[in-house]
Amino acid sequence: MEMSEQRKIRVVVAKPGLDGHDRGAKVVARALRDAGMEVIYTGLHQTPRQIVETVIQEDPDVLCLSILSGAHNAIFPRIMELMGENEIDDVLILAGGVIPEADRAELKDLGLEGFHGPGTPLKEIVDYIRNHLKR
Amino acid sequence: MEIQALVDKFKVGNRRALSRLISLAENGFKDARLISKELFPLTGNAYILGITGAPGTGKSTLTNKLVQLIVENGERVGVIAIDPTSPFSGGALLGDRIRMKDNYTNQNVFIRSMANRGRLGGMARATKDVITIMDAFGFDYIIIETVGVGQSEVDVYGTAHTTLVLVVPGMGDDIQAFKAGIMETSDLFVVNKMDLDGANKMVMEIESMLDLNQKVEVSRSKYENSAMEQQSWRPPVQKVNARRGNGIPALWEQIMSHRHHVESKGVLECKQLNRFKNELLDILEERFKLQIDQILDPKENPSILEDIRAITERKANPYSIAEKLGKRVIESLENGA
Ligand SMILES: Nc1nc2c(ncn2[C@@H]2O[C@H](COP(=O)(O)OP(=O)(O)OP(=O)(O)O)[C@@H](O)[C@H]2O)c(=O)[nH]1
Ligand SMILES: [Mg+2]
Repeated sequence: MEMSEQRKIRVVVAKPGLDGHDRGAKVVARALRDAGMEVIYTGLHQTPRQIVETVIQEDPDVLCLSILSGAHNAIFPRIMELMGENEIDDVLILAGGVIPEADRAELKDLGLEGFHGPGTPLKEIVDYIRNHLKR
Repeated sequence: MEIQALVDKFKVGNRRALSRLISLAENGFKDARLISKELFPLTGNAYILGITGAPGTGKSTLTNKLVQLIVENGERVGVIAIDPTSPFSGGALLGDRIRMKDNYTNQNVFIRSMANRGRLGGMARATKDVITIMDAFGFDYIIIETVGVGQSEVDVYGTAHTTLVLVVPGMGDDIQAFKAGIMETSDLFVVNKMDLDGANKMVMEIESMLDLNQKVEVSRSKYENSAMEQQSWRPPVQKVNARRGNGIPALWEQIMSHRHHVESKGVLECKQLNRFKNELLDILEERFKLQIDQILDPKENPSILEDIRAITERKANPYSIAEKLGKRVIESLENGA
């Protein structure tokens, strides 16, 4: 008798770093909404602590990080460290933006799962999420 | 079982357990019921503020400022920010947090975004459950930011201790549209964006509407007992600039004097009566609805196909079948299904 249709995929879309526009993140957020997900959009310039606090408070199934500034090597590890401190291990973490191929292996080791660079068809991201949920 | 473990963590102040319990309550009636059983006894201490107003009037921006003031006073606050679910996709874009950045990492603040999941009015089905959970966690204040469309103020007024209605300069026509009823569903008017032209005019328009309404409405009140409240409380009108913070301390004083009014004159009993009556109605509707859905679902109840065939062949009429099914609904409720 559980109303399973009440279960919605929740996604936090966050934009860490200092670069000044979030058009890409907004496009992704809208596409996920149109695919029936509940998307919490948090705006620009998020610090790792703000992002992880948002994850604690919003309890998403998925965290999408959008990044363009190349700061991923500092920011992602810090986010993962804070996730670990808070014992959060059942959230699917995706990254979008420009991340050089060479850096991806290292980030994967840290727990980042999907990479979706600019120009990835939105449907691909939606499908990826549906197929990789951790709970 | 999972719930019990979460409740244990919750009781020692674990914020992630708080967050998980909210998700569980949001996603299922059964879990909401279990959670209420565990946590409702711990509630009754939080003061609930409702914030409503048309889209873009500044509800989130104002919430951000009120949250800041509350934590500066050394108190703890939970925020429930509700946005509409898209009727087309069933998805939602929840953007209220964008305006609340100042307080993301404060451990005395907990902000939760909610989609209304198609429920009419300004709140979600599970908003009442989130209130219970936040209250039990020990927040001194809970702020509900409603969906800013339709008659959301009616809904939140039935739940909150103090309801703030936001308007902005240039909304004079909307004020006219409020007409009767507005006295019944607001405790305080906030004219936000006082930096824009027309704020004083807006204040005057509301005041004169209040002058008019006060005379006619006391006698024909839709809200039970609220006639009594109205006689002794005229909603103040406060100008603010929520972005910069002008007028916020004065607004807080108004909120506190309304709180004093609520807590000192038996108004609280009226509010509680309305609140829990609404809540019971919600729960009963959902409980029956679940059972009804089950009985109408051929996978759960194959004989429904015969019942419907009897109707299409004109051997039975819809009312008689509904009567029969209604009895089965009640039976299955009694069996605790
Ligand atoms: N000029 C001015 N702009 C303001 C003020 N307060 C809020 N705003 C702006 O108004 C816009 C809407 O503010 P929000 O707080 O998102 O409004 P809201 O009522 O929460 O909107 P929804 O949740 O979408 O219904 C933002 O761009 C704010 O910066 C104010 O006092 N003056
Ligand atoms: Mg808002």
